[in-house]
Amino acid sequence: MVDDVFDEVGLKVENLHASYGAVEVLRGLDFEVPAKNVSVILGANGAGKTTTLRAICNMCNTSGTVTLGDRDISRTGTAEIVRQGMVHVPQGRGTFPELSTMDNLMVGAYTRKDNEIKDDVDRWFEIFPVLGERSSQMAGSLSGGEQQMLAVARALMARPRLLLLDEPSLGLAPLIIEDLFDRFITLNKETGLTMLIVEQNANLALDMADYAYVIESGEIALHGTSDQLKNDPAVQEAYLGA
Amino acid sequence: MTWNFDILPDFIFNGLSLGAIYGTVALALVLIFKATTLINFATGELAMLGAFLVYVLHMEQGLWLWLSMLIAMALSAGLGILIERSLTRPFDPSDHLPVVLITLGLFLILNAVAGDIWNYQVRILSNPFGKFPSWVPSVGGDRFIEVFGSRLKYQSIGIWVTLALALFILGLILNKTKAGLAFRAVSSNVESARLVGVHTGRTLGFGWAIASAFGTLGAVLVAPQLGGVNPNMMATILIYALAGAALGGLDSLGGAVLGGILVGLIQAVLVTWGGVVVFGQLYMSILQLAAAFVIILITLLFRPSGLFGTRRVERV
Repeated sequence: MVDDVFDEVGLKVENLHASYGAVEVLRGLDFEVPAKNVSVILGANGAGKTTTLRAICNMCNTSGTVTLGDRDISRTGTAEIVRQGMVHVPQGRGTFPELSTMDNLMVGAYTRKDNEIKDDVDRWFEIFPVLGERSSQMAGSLSGGEQQMLAVARALMARPRLLLLDEPSLGLAPLIIEDLFDRFITLNKETGLTMLIVEQNANLALDMADYAYVIESGEIALHGTSDQLKNDPAVQEAYLGA
Repeated sequence: MTWNFDILPDFIFNGLSLGAIYGTVALALVLIFKATTLINFATGELAMLGAFLVYVLHMEQGLWLWLSMLIAMALSAGLGILIERSLTRPFDPSDHLPVVLITLGLFLILNAVAGDIWNYQVRILSNPFGKFPSWVPSVGGDRFIEVFGSRLKYQSIGIWVTLALALFILGLILNKTKAGLAFRAVSSNVESARLVGVHTGRTLGFGWAIASAFGTLGAVLVAPQLGGVNPNMMATILIYALAGAALGGLDSLGGAVLGGILVGLIQAVLVTWGGVVVFGQLYMSILQLAAAFVIILITLLFRPSGLFGTRRVERV
């Protein structure tokens, strides 16, 4: 794989608030995603994990400061943030069901103006051969695992510097999840792509992440390196099923 | 009852050519519906305004008819972009009522403005397909050819060829251009489109532009059948187009065209020719309009997604 595609960049979030109507979901989050690292956000249902990713991308009412690299993106529109190098794979994959696999990838490169787009398609077809086999098939007809691969490949078509993944394991069979996470690790090791992953499957997430945050009721309850959290009795009890 | 089969081809040809026009207007409706799940009730009046632009450019200013049509389609497209930007984008897209009310208001305003400028008399607009061009060898008359003992009008052939060409160009725009890809992405999933960097507002404006141009094309093609242009010309056409769009499936472009053609056929064959069979004479009936509502009703009752639309499956 080519490894000079992705630049390093970090994400810094300060005092992030978010609300849906009158309901405040995030109550002042502070966290950082160091460049070239994989960070993970853990938490129970309704803790605000998905909202955190949505708030970072300005998809809901927010206040606070979000810095990508050295740029303040707190007031940048969702579509414009992609051009700043951060791409979000939403929960439930968010593929375009009526578009072919190929068109899904092409639209992923919407922000690019270079002439290496076809090369990138070939590259992701090589890494996810099943997508190549299904290139003219409508995305809606792919299986859950294939759609998740497509969603990730589509996000990577934008050549992001930072990738946000919202529960990539949701609805997938355990073997497929393992395969997918192996690919994430490879991607991070080989390209240095920074990732922030929201995950309910805490075992899996802590195994691959460098750093982890635990969200409870819209606040960061705990944070530390993956090893620290794995050995934390509270985390073990609440999230690791120990 | 007399089964008057020898005049049936006449009715079929007529139904197919009116249906093609309904299909063109239905396409304008569906283009916007696909992207916004919104019925643009101003579609017909925008098209009417486009037809009047052709009237001004061609009949008053003496420009070549086809050039006038192209200019009018381009101006309609610009107006579509302007309306999207100023009247629909400021509103929350998930809340349909305000925007539907706006398109209804626009319907009334455009109709009144056109009425004020041109009053409500029918004004003759040249038929782009009145006579066969002189280079076509004559095989019947200069306005029709004989098929199955009936007259197939040059006008009908012209409408079909124009629609086929317009569909081909639309296909190229949607499938081969970046803006077309973005439009299909927005139609499929707005939020995901934003997440890959598509500016959804501009892309919807693009959809409004194409839809308005298609509407204008439909209005110019239908004008000769109505005796010319007038501010109310599109009111019933819009209802037939809505019936066609509902029948074909509100989110299917191909379905809109086929649905429009089917509505034209149902009108011509079931209602009009059927009337001749039952009453023994041509009985121009208001039932044509009622038939459109019956089609909408039956479709919504038995197949709400239409013949070619996506069935919405709620997974709980």
